[in-house]
Amino acid sequence: MEIDPFIFRLSIFILSIFIGYYVVWSVTPSLHTPLMSVTNAISSVIIVGAIIAGLAGNSETIFNTSSIFGFLAISLAAINIFGGFLVTQRMLAMYKKKKRDK
Amino acid sequence: MISPNISAIFYLISGVLFILALRGLSSPETSRQGNFFGIIGMVIAITATFLSIGNFSSGFVYVLIFLLIGGLIGAFIAYKIPMTAMPELVAGFHSLVGLAAVFVAIAAFLNPDAFNLGTPGNIKLGSLIEMSIGAAVGAITFSGSVIAFLKLQGIMSGSPITFKGQHPLNALLLTSIIVITYLLCSTQSSDLFWILIAISFLIGFLLIIPIGGADMPVVISMLNSYSGWAAAGIGFTLENTALIITGALVGSSGAILSYIMCKGMNRSFFNVILGGFGATEQSASAGNKEQKPVKSGNAEDAAFLMKNASSVIIVPGYGMAVAQAQHALREMVDTLKKNDIKVSYAIHPVAGRMPGHMNVLLAEANVPYDEVFELEEINNDFANADVAFVIGANDVTNPVAKTDPQSPIYGMPVLDVEKCKSVLFVKRSLSPGYAGIDNDLFYRENTLMLFADAKKMTEDITKNL
Repeated sequence: MEIDPFIFRLSIFILSIFIGYYVVWSVTPSLHTPLMSVTNAISSVIIVGAIIAGLAGNSETIFNTSSIFGFLAISLAAINIFGGFLVTQRMLAMYKKKKRDK
Repeated sequence: MISPNISAIFYLISGVLFILALRGLSSPETSRQGNFFGIIGMVIAITATFLSIGNFSSGFVYVLIFLLIGGLIGAFIAYKIPMTAMPELVAGFHSLVGLAAVFVAIAAFLNPDAFNLGTPGNIKLGSLIEMSIGAAVGAITFSGSVIAFLKLQGIMSGSPITFKGQHPLNALLLTSIIVITYLLCSTQSSDLFWILIAISFLIGFLLIIPIGGADMPVVISMLNSYSGWAAAGIGFTLENTALIITGALVGSSGAILSYIMCKGMNRSFFNVILGGFGATEQSASAGNKEQKPVKSGNAEDAAFLMKNASSVIIVPGYGMAVAQAQHALREMVDTLKKNDIKVSYAIHPVAGRMPGHMNVLLAEANVPYDEVFELEEINNDFANADVAFVIGANDVTNPVAKTDPQSPIYGMPVLDVEKCKSVLFVKRSLSPGYAGIDNDLFYRENTLMLFADAKKMTEDITKNL
């Protein structure tokens, strides 16, 4: 019997939880706020689902109930992607070491 | 149009880049590069999606329009938002991830053909369970984050809202989610799908209203975690590796942060989630309000003490954020440094309203991050320091947590400020902190209370230095 592809996805999922566990423990506590904003941004990769839903309509009916939800989700996720990465960048740019010439 | 195998490889690459993005945050030097990896990962994932669909004729323009609208709003917010509003912003962003997950789940439910999940009314069982989980967790994340946002923003009172039968009601609703999911799978009824989402919205709302303002670090981390699990649920539905990897990363990240925050308060996760902390304790402590002598001083006294010190440790808390005193504080520290006084900052894990809140504010005020220390790193230094300057923090400095087993905060790790030769405590009044308990520190021999607004007091001290 062949292995259900679901099992492979589950394996990726479980192993990623472990990767996340070790990677996040090594994040320095002073960067916990940027950690939250960047995880926010990357979890908005959910936009790929929204794009598929948005493009699912055929040429006569671009807007049906399903694709409208898709389009709305694209906007929501895009706010997060742009907002999340940019605000993280803004925060990280502020973290500076002691100036030596003092 | 590229084959599903090729696009799967692209999704894998973006998943790896997201891991590197988080890895970069292990130090401020590598963090900017990490963020860049994250952006590249996102671009790859979106491009792969466009290429795999390949049909650019019909809705493509609209996809770009909606993408642009969202992107502009996001960029605008990111540039305009003041750093003190970061907790609200993060809560707001969480709600958007949650809502996007709900919308994608709805779209997939209404049009399963587009996602190769079957036909309406005859969706594959596994996919139906996955999208139910994604939709339910997404909806909980959305409404929970909205409440957290309203509480942080001050639109809604930060005090816990509790009512009789709250916990049984939540338990009942959670059980009904499972029952409805089961029924949904057997009947494929779209009514049940809407009911499922509605109940999940309600649960998110009910889960967060009983949690008080100072527990927000736990709540925000928890919602961060939920948004990850919601994304993972959708990732399973869409059979998308990038989404599964990211969901797992974000889910465990939020869970670890919640754990760190709970440990910082010496409370169990369930104790925080069940809520109502603070409301009950307040009445208990109100009874024994005897007038104890307090030494209070003004800016001149404080400046005198600091001028004669050789080392000063600053303990910032939420009050500093509220008063927006971080820039004034840094100016004061600059003056101190000119007089050859050693200054460092001590940050308690739960200071502020979200993990790392104080660090960001200090960074904004141009405080070098190598002068800022965590509790374990600096706690032994208090005994050798001359002055501790407590600005906007309260419960995290209360020595009662170490001495009185009766106290509700007993066992919570606290900063040993009382070991300093003298303690300067900036506060508006003698009112107890969030936990509703008197701070023993106020009545110590070596404590000088400075009753004023944190920002004004700091500026006055600088003038007197």
